[in-house]
Amino acid sequence: MSHILTATAAQLAARIAQGDLSAVEVTQAHLDQIAAVDGAVHAFLHVDRERALAQARAVDDARRAGDTLSPLAGVPIALKDVFCYAGAPTTCGSRILAGWVPPYDATATRRLLDAGLVILGKTNMDEFAMGSSTENSAYGPTHNPWDLDRIPGGSGGGSSAVLAAYESPLALGLDTGGSIRQPASVTGTVGVKPTYGGTSRYGLVAMASSLDQPGPCARTVLDAALLHQVIGGYDPRDSTSINAPVPDVVAAARLADVAGMRIGVVKELGGEGYAPGVEQRFHEAVEALRGAGAEVVEVSCPHFDYALGAYYLIMPSEVSSNLARFDAMRYGLRVGDDGERSAEEVMNLSRGRGFGDEVKRRIIIGTYALSSGYYDAYYGSAQKVRTLIAGDFARAFQVADVLVSPTTPTTAFRLGERVDDPLAMYKADLCTIPSNMAGNASASFPVGLAPEDGLPVGFQVMAPPMADDRLYRVGAALERLLPALVPPRLPGSLAGGEASR
Amino acid sequence: MPPVPLTPDDVARLASLARVDLTRAELEHLAPQLDVILDAVASVSQVAGPDVVPTSHALPLVNVFRADVVAASLPVEDALAMAPATSGQRFRVPRILGEEQ
Amino acid sequence: MSVELMEFGEAMERFDPVLGLEVHVELNTVSKMFCGCSTAFGAAPNTQTCPVCLGLPGSLPVVNGKAVESAIRIGLALGCSVATWCRFARKNYFYPDMPKDYQISQYDEPIAFDGSVEVEVDGVVHTIPIERAHMEEDTGKSVHVGGATGRIHGADYSLLDYNRAGVPLIEIVTKPVRGTGSQAPEVARAYVTYLRDLLRSLGVSDVRMEQGSLRCDANVSLMPKGTTDLGTRTETKNVNSLRSVERALRYEICRQAAVLAGGGTVTQETRHWHEDGGYTSAGRSKEEAEDYRYFPEPDLVPIAPSDDWVATLRATLPEAPGVRAARLRQAWSFTEREYGDVVNAGAVDLVAATVEAGAAPAAARKWWLGELQRRANEAGVELADVGMSPAQVAGLQGLVDLGVVNDTLARQVIDGVLAGEGEPSQVVSSRGLTVVSDTGALESAIDRAIEANPDVAQKIRDGKVQAAGAVIGAVMRELKGQADAAKVRQLLLAKLGVEPT
Repeated sequence: MSHILTATAAQLAARIAQGDLSAVEVTQAHLDQIAAVDGAVHAFLHVDRERALAQARAVDDARRAGDTLSPLAGVPIALKDVFCYAGAPTTCGSRILAGWVPPYDATATRRLLDAGLVILGKTNMDEFAMGSSTENSAYGPTHNPWDLDRIPGGSGGGSSAVLAAYESPLALGLDTGGSIRQPASVTGTVGVKPTYGGTSRYGLVAMASSLDQPGPCARTVLDAALLHQVIGGYDPRDSTSINAPVPDVVAAARLADVAGMRIGVVKELGGEGYAPGVEQRFHEAVEALRGAGAEVVEVSCPHFDYALGAYYLIMPSEVSSNLARFDAMRYGLRVGDDGERSAEEVMNLSRGRGFGDEVKRRIIIGTYALSSGYYDAYYGSAQKVRTLIAGDFARAFQVADVLVSPTTPTTAFRLGERVDDPLAMYKADLCTIPSNMAGNASASFPVGLAPEDGLPVGFQVMAPPMADDRLYRVGAALERLLPALVPPRLPGSLAGGEASR
Repeated sequence: MPPVPLTPDDVARLASLARVDLTRAELEHLAPQLDVILDAVASVSQVAGPDVVPTSHALPLVNVFRADVVAASLPVEDALAMAPATSGQRFRVPRILGEEQ
Repeated sequence: MSVELMEFGEAMERFDPVLGLEVHVELNTVSKMFCGCSTAFGAAPNTQTCPVCLGLPGSLPVVNGKAVESAIRIGLALGCSVATWCRFARKNYFYPDMPKDYQISQYDEPIAFDGSVEVEVDGVVHTIPIERAHMEEDTGKSVHVGGATGRIHGADYSLLDYNRAGVPLIEIVTKPVRGTGSQAPEVARAYVTYLRDLLRSLGVSDVRMEQGSLRCDANVSLMPKGTTDLGTRTETKNVNSLRSVERALRYEICRQAAVLAGGGTVTQETRHWHEDGGYTSAGRSKEEAEDYRYFPEPDLVPIAPSDDWVATLRATLPEAPGVRAARLRQAWSFTEREYGDVVNAGAVDLVAATVEAGAAPAAARKWWLGELQRRANEAGVELADVGMSPAQVAGLQGLVDLGVVNDTLARQVIDGVLAGEGEPSQVVSSRGLTVVSDTGALESAIDRAIEANPDVAQKIRDGKVQAAGAVIGAVMRELKGQADAAKVRQLLLAKLGVEPT
């Protein structure tokens, strides 16, 4: 059992294809692990047990029939509860969508199903992807498997926690300002935000449309690359999707060679406010890359200092508009319809009751930033800062092939530590936000534990748009150069203490 | 331009525009929090000069169209399945006060 | 409460009206603006919906290229400039008939702008300046239940059908139209009529006001004569016919004039036209204007029509209705009345084709509006379906011009053509309908007729030329009508030694 749970997705797929393991066995092992540990971790909002086993059976049948299987066929995966999966609830961590079952699949979901992956269920998240700790979920927080009193990151804390808890070898996340990368960083896993437009947004409940991007989450770089290949690529249902082949991320992950690559360290992303252990592991990782033949340069991206401010204007503005559809008329929570109240009153009440505090905060800010008389100073100005940030990236990418920084200034903070201080919470996204603003590819890779608290540190790699493969080259190199991170064994866990490589 | 501090009434007006009911306690709790956030983001309005073009799309894509062909619609049961209330194959909603725009 | 109205003539002596007309055109694309659902009229409720047009969480719009093409053609036909680069924008407001609680529209970047059209009312030409034409999506349809009149006020609840949601609309907005004076209501009507005919000739819409594929909101304000500052305008909706356009504006002018003359101010508001009662009533007054918080639609990319594309579309434009009318009328030397008769008979194209095939315009008109119209009415078919082609009509007239047949015989030729006996000349041969032109044969027949009618012949010799008709009739009867009556008369009078008069 434990060898199944700690295996990589690539290993599982190979063994299933060979007939060495059945997909049903693999799925059952993970369902058992979920039953054993998710009470403590609370990563899952919904486990889709019967359908998962049916999907696994179908893969086994196909193999027996001699069909060629896709590279990840039979491998289990968990979806952040923002992806539509027909027949399963999609709550986005919100009360307003409690029990909402979409009648259609997201394109990403469909691609997983077509490739024979087994969908275990939907994972917890900050409500409507707003947060950096998963504490804003209406269904209770997820706990970091490295230390159950700490946050797993957010908004996609559930997707990263399932990996670190061995509840699934793969997960799908959505990154708007760091929601894949920051949880990956604090759980010691791999999380990738593809180039904007590189993966389809059709069927993802929208947060900030110009910033959102679905991406792969895994424990190893190759696993993430294999998953990236499955979900990536043009989708005619998404007008913002790029009509070009997915960069060869799998080859890059196998290559893992950084000799001759120019690595740009971003001056503005470090220093005050960054935990010493985070900085230490970051610099060690940079040195390891230098030792492997990479050239290291310092670059300055001065407008990155304004990225956080601009992000917290653009994102709430788009969110306030995207969340308007939750008006209790066609779906979702309806409150107060007593036959006397008007539609307007029922809308107000339902939204008041159905949305949590952070969502309300951002809706109000967004409404304000777009309102007449304020548009130019707020939303309009923030869109200009995007241009400046893109300019910083363009200049930096002239002298570097990739840019690097810590993924987030600290390791996992404690549950409850920042809930009353929104600004402190927002600062977790300092390093990740610039890539969403400019639309380029970015990823977080685990590079060790901080000495002061023994908690995982993440290393962020940023690449120009459409150069996602460079992320995997660097990540795979780091994986080879640095010792693996093994999360502590959770009480009741059926997984052994060793991670296989 | 430093933002004018938001009073609970300002917040109430914005909440009304956004159709979100806030209790009095929420209004009073939110207003100072919003001020802190707006203060932090105020610097954004100073950064870019008038010659900087705003970015609305990260990608330089234009002219993405689909052909004018009919595709299958949702079965009507699926369209209505999650409705809070229906009547005769239509969505039923409480009485509407406002005029159509 | 009775509303005070100033008599129209008096109002026009004291005030100058300024008009503004907003016309919404429902395009006749087969699928919706942003999704593939059918736009076919009359389907059962909510059977033409999908995640996109229902605004389900996660759905994304994709632009219908045919709608863009129609928008450009409409803009060109209105004399507008076509944007080289423009975007869609979100117009944010809450209403149950709007699935996303925002409408995808265009704000400060319409696809076409700055055009003008001319309309003529009682010999006076008015230039209507066009501000813009832009693309947007239609809303769902609501039915209000429980109130007295089926209107919103006093209803208990409403029922929503989203089949219409997402149907493509083009909104055409005029700039303020000044200088129409007392012709204002007719000018407005003429403008909407012109638009209707123009759009029909473009083939982009069914343009049926009674079905809602052409909608008009009529705006008017009054300036005291001699001043130039615009007054406060009202917008009147529910103007569902051309007649209503004229009547509603006339009413509003009279109402506003009475208000202003009484020392009051006109309230800026939306009013509702009541066709049966012939009056407008105030809509719900709003404390403040709705703030739509427009921002560029992030789910769609900009539209940049190339010069080549626009030139290609320009070449597809039909001749403007007014221009064509003037040209043909002049070319055919018809009076306004004569041309009007042809238009009313729906015969402009038929006459034009007949003239093209070589017939004189007057002759073409005579046949189509005379003999052929009679036969079409008898058969209960459209004139174009009567069974004789313009080329055949021209051929027939050619035979008449040559003197081969006279009008009487021509009618028999028509019988033959309609009976499927072939071309006019074939019918003439096969039925032996040629006019006798051999003078000898005519003279013999005339001699016989004179002999048979000695008393009449004597009267003619004595100067009573009118009596010739009886003898001519006798000749025609003997020749079975196959003679040119004028020629017979000439020969008869010559025989009797009488000067022709």
